[in-house]
Amino acid sequence: MLYREAGQFKTTYDADQAIFPIAQDRWAVIAFAAIAFLVVPFFVNDYWTNAVLLPLLIYGLAALGLNILVGYCGQISLGTGGFMAVGAFASYKLMTSFPELNIAIVVLLSGGATALVGVMFGLPSLRIKGFYLAVATLAAQFFLVWLFNKVGWFYNYSATGQISVPERSIFGLVVTGPTAAPWVKYLFCLSFLALFGLIAKNVVRGRIGRNWMAIRDMDIAAELIGVRPLQTKLSAFAFSSFYVGMAGSLLFTIYLGAIEVTEVFGINVSFLVLFMVIIGGLGSILGSFLGATFLVLMPIFLKNFMVDGLGLLPVLAKHVEILLMGLLIMGFLIVEPHGLARMWQILKEKFRLWPFPY
Amino acid sequence: MNAFVEPATMPGSGVTKGEVLLSVANVSLAFGGVKAITDISFDIRKGEIRAIIGPNGAGKTSMLNVINGFYHPQEGTITWRGKARRKMKPYEAASQGIARTFQNVALFKGMTTLDNIMTGRGLAMKKNFLWQCLHWGPALKEEIVHRHRVEEIIDFLEIQAIRKTPVGRLPYGLQKRVELARALAMEPELLLLDEPMAGMNLEEKEDMSRFILDVNQQFGTTIALIEHDMGVVMDLSDRVVVLDYGRKIADGIPEEVQKNQDVIDAYLGVPHEE
Repeated sequence: MLYREAGQFKTTYDADQAIFPIAQDRWAVIAFAAIAFLVVPFFVNDYWTNAVLLPLLIYGLAALGLNILVGYCGQISLGTGGFMAVGAFASYKLMTSFPELNIAIVVLLSGGATALVGVMFGLPSLRIKGFYLAVATLAAQFFLVWLFNKVGWFYNYSATGQISVPERSIFGLVVTGPTAAPWVKYLFCLSFLALFGLIAKNVVRGRIGRNWMAIRDMDIAAELIGVRPLQTKLSAFAFSSFYVGMAGSLLFTIYLGAIEVTEVFGINVSFLVLFMVIIGGLGSILGSFLGATFLVLMPIFLKNFMVDGLGLLPVLAKHVEILLMGLLIMGFLIVEPHGLARMWQILKEKFRLWPFPY
Repeated sequence: MNAFVEPATMPGSGVTKGEVLLSVANVSLAFGGVKAITDISFDIRKGEIRAIIGPNGAGKTSMLNVINGFYHPQEGTITWRGKARRKMKPYEAASQGIARTFQNVALFKGMTTLDNIMTGRGLAMKKNFLWQCLHWGPALKEEIVHRHRVEEIIDFLEIQAIRKTPVGRLPYGLQKRVELARALAMEPELLLLDEPMAGMNLEEKEDMSRFILDVNQQFGTTIALIEHDMGVVMDLSDRVVVLDYGRKIADGIPEEVQKNQDVIDAYLGVPHEE
């Protein structure tokens, strides 16, 4: 009854092509954004930011980036962890070499550096497809992590091989390092996610996004209507790596503060982000966020439930959690192979008709 | 056809109606030891509907693939708008005004009808990446200008109702129509149709024939068409070229071709069997 579009007439193509053509959706999203930006910062504490919100926002950004490559352009990648490492180390080098540089610009430049690396590893995509490309990007994962571990220049020859973030502030507020306030970190990451979420949506609904999807769905036909395969695939690699690199940069500078490359950016991160994309929904911006939410929040929820609710030992709970996560992922994919985004869409369609069956 | 925007290529530039638009001279194509096309020559004139027919495996689709740059013939030359063409990539052929539909529908299944047709406008859209990121100002204006063009094509082919439907969900006949729409969105000078009526029922065939004639007459688009339904071919086409085993066996107006003994032997069968 509430979710009806009756009476909302679109008189221009502009209105018809809006991101949220239905007024209720529009208002819901504005309200959600307002709460996220204006209300949540007053209530966040250290636990909520570090355990829930920051990983959610940062992995959301990474999933968004990977979804552009895998979901929109159909080029599978297992190198996400490696690309995130590029972002993190680019930030470290930039911050130590140019202490004057604003942190926001550092994050953007790190994304740019990652985009260049992404294009390099995307070059084989013109020749190889599917699983074979996945293996080629897997090489990127191992090579990049090895590189950052082996070559001292990247971690400024520190004895441990660890990199840790210097303190930086934006608008006079400390945003990196141990003294940063939780709400500043939260707002910083949220701003990046919101801004680049919007940009991603704009790109995928325009010419470039359509070219990506054309390559994904039928590459030969795409080429015959004038889509240049190499250019299109490489632009997807660049755009996607830019996002993934920014996520890596934020993960290092804002969230963790100090990292050791083999621990943080291993192959399991690549798989985690890929699972977010698949569970959330390939080829859907919303799906990237839903997938990240699911995979970040579900383990926390399960752990709290089992340890505090059922009184299990934390070690046992951890094992059961891994088991349950696996089962849940399988369950979700059997129920809806197109991911959470499709479920949400079906729910909305149902809700439009509610309370009538037809 | 170019009421709103300058198309990527100017249709008809340099070639007037009735002149030779594309000519294929002594083209041979082989895959290893298999000869798909042997020494074929024919031409397509501006504004005509040219049919390419022949039994299965005669090399018709290979011929289309040669024309739009997907295969590169070992011998022979292709002359496009009076200029001999070098080896080119398919997207270059597309930007020169050659559009194409496929024997087995090759739509972008995950996209809506509208997005599929908009993809066909891609070559004419010029706004760069930064504007695309903003989706505002010039980029939005461009998007809407092209949306107008696409809506005209949607009206023309009577597919308004399925505008926002993902093409994967559409029935076969409509998918074929959307594919034609996508090719038309490129505002091609030469439109290659590979069996546009394969697998259709009588009514859908009639519709499709009507659309092909309308495209030819209203937009002046030159059409090269492969089709197995002889009734359709003879009715629609201005001239017919017949291939068999990769060789050309006849070329001319439908009435002539129908009477040609080689054609009858190779393809149509002897008259009393029809």
